[in-house]
Amino acid sequence: MAQYLISVLDHAANSATAAEMAAITAFNEQLIANGHWVFAGGLGSPSTATVIDGRGEEPMFTDGPYLESKEYVGGLWIIEAADLDVALRLTALASKACNRRLELRPFMSV
Amino acid sequence: MTDVAEVITRVHREEWARVVATLARRLGDLGLAEEMAAEAFAAAVERWPADGVPPNPGAWLTTTAHRKAIDRLRREARREEKHREALMLSGSPEPLGVIDDDRLRLVFTCCHPALAMQARVALTLRMVGGLTVPEIARAFLVQETAIGQRITRAKAKIKVARIPYRVPSREDLPARVTGVLAVLYLIFNEGYLASNPGAEAVRSDLTAEAIRLTRLVRALMPADGEVAGLLALMLLTEARRIARVSASGELVPLGEQDRGAWDRDLIAEGHALVRARLASGQAPGRFQIQAAINAVHTDARDVRDTDWSQVVALYDQLARLDPSPIVRLNRAIAVAELDGPEVALAELDGLPLDGYHPYHYTRADLLRRLGRGEQARAAYDRAIELAGNTAETAYLIRRRDQLPAP
Repeated sequence: MAQYLISVLDHAANSATAAEMAAITAFNEQLIANGHWVFAGGLGSPSTATVIDGRGEEPMFTDGPYLESKEYVGGLWIIEAADLDVALRLTALASKACNRRLELRPFMSV
Repeated sequence: MTDVAEVITRVHREEWARVVATLARRLGDLGLAEEMAAEAFAAAVERWPADGVPPNPGAWLTTTAHRKAIDRLRREARREEKHREALMLSGSPEPLGVIDDDRLRLVFTCCHPALAMQARVALTLRMVGGLTVPEIARAFLVQETAIGQRITRAKAKIKVARIPYRVPSREDLPARVTGVLAVLYLIFNEGYLASNPGAEAVRSDLTAEAIRLTRLVRALMPADGEVAGLLALMLLTEARRIARVSASGELVPLGEQDRGAWDRDLIAEGHALVRARLASGQAPGRFQIQAAINAVHTDARDVRDTDWSQVVALYDQLARLDPSPIVRLNRAIAVAELDGPEVALAELDGLPLDGYHPYHYTRADLLRRLGRGEQARAAYDRAIELAGNTAETAYLIRRRDQLPAP
């Protein structure tokens, strides 16, 4: 089994409608039932982000995201799947549920 | 010596995909499989002239490549403990039996929809076709480093993202077969009408390679109608290759070709495939319909004997599957023969194909036939401006310059 990160591409935080939230919940229940679930969650908007550089003596905190862009990651899933074909099928269902475009990336295997 | 060299060339053509495919399954690593297959062929070049060609060259190559892989993994295992596991998994050679399935796995992996189209083409030519990186670079007039990077990147994605090495599930199969055929058709089309002005007009090396790969896929999936349709389409197109370019290097349109120069064997094979599909009673896909259109054309000994109503009916059928403006353009060309250029010209009106040179030369030809010389000249100009193929440009320039002076 491999793990994959599904990033939700969005242009506004907390923008899911009630119908989308219901579809996401139903999809998540399916993930759990079929053993694909690892984690999922929505993120605060990029303006709530802080960039931290702790490599120096004193940690540096910078307000805002490390990259300004029109589209950003609004939420994420981490799923477990046997291979990319399974992950692609699940991600297509996730895209339908949350009504957003998604990016799928594999975690490096340990 | 020469004989052995010829044997090695032939064995390479016939066995490369098999060796890579078998190793990829045993090793679970496409990149390693490719490298070891290449080393095994290098060993054959070195040893067969002295030792003689082994009785089963394919088995010799697979065994040699497998041993080399084990040696490589052992060396790496000494350096890196975690490779021991891989070594255990790949330790026992399996009998050569499920090999054909492996080649099919290889085809589907190389044509995976998560890879960019250009990567799929390069990977398929390398892994299944056995072409070297310099050969692929020459075929597409792209820098060797670019092709090398494309293949390396694709192999890394296959490995890290875990693109599976298997025939897709039943639910995914139709879409995935369509994806494989798109790769093969793209290779064929680049050969059929090279898009780059620096290339030869017709690249028989690429059309031949596409046909060879499609024959392989057909042997692996004999029941698939669209695979048969694509093979028939390629054969019926390839049959006209010699007649498509004149002695002076101009492209010759279908209606002006010397039909005696067409390859009768390829036509017979293509017609047999089309007939078998018609007899199946299954609804045809787009490649089968395009093959049927080409069967009608190649059935006519003289262009005047062409059954144009049949051609138009087939384009109607194709348009129902694919209502694209390009299909409507091709349909209009047949309509011109059936109902005259005036009707055809009206059908072209408003098609959103301004950047597509066949649209302009079709209009030019229809306008010329209607005696509207000035408009025809403008349409030829636009077609010449957009065409990338030298032989095609040469033909269009001559046609334009033959128009009566205004």
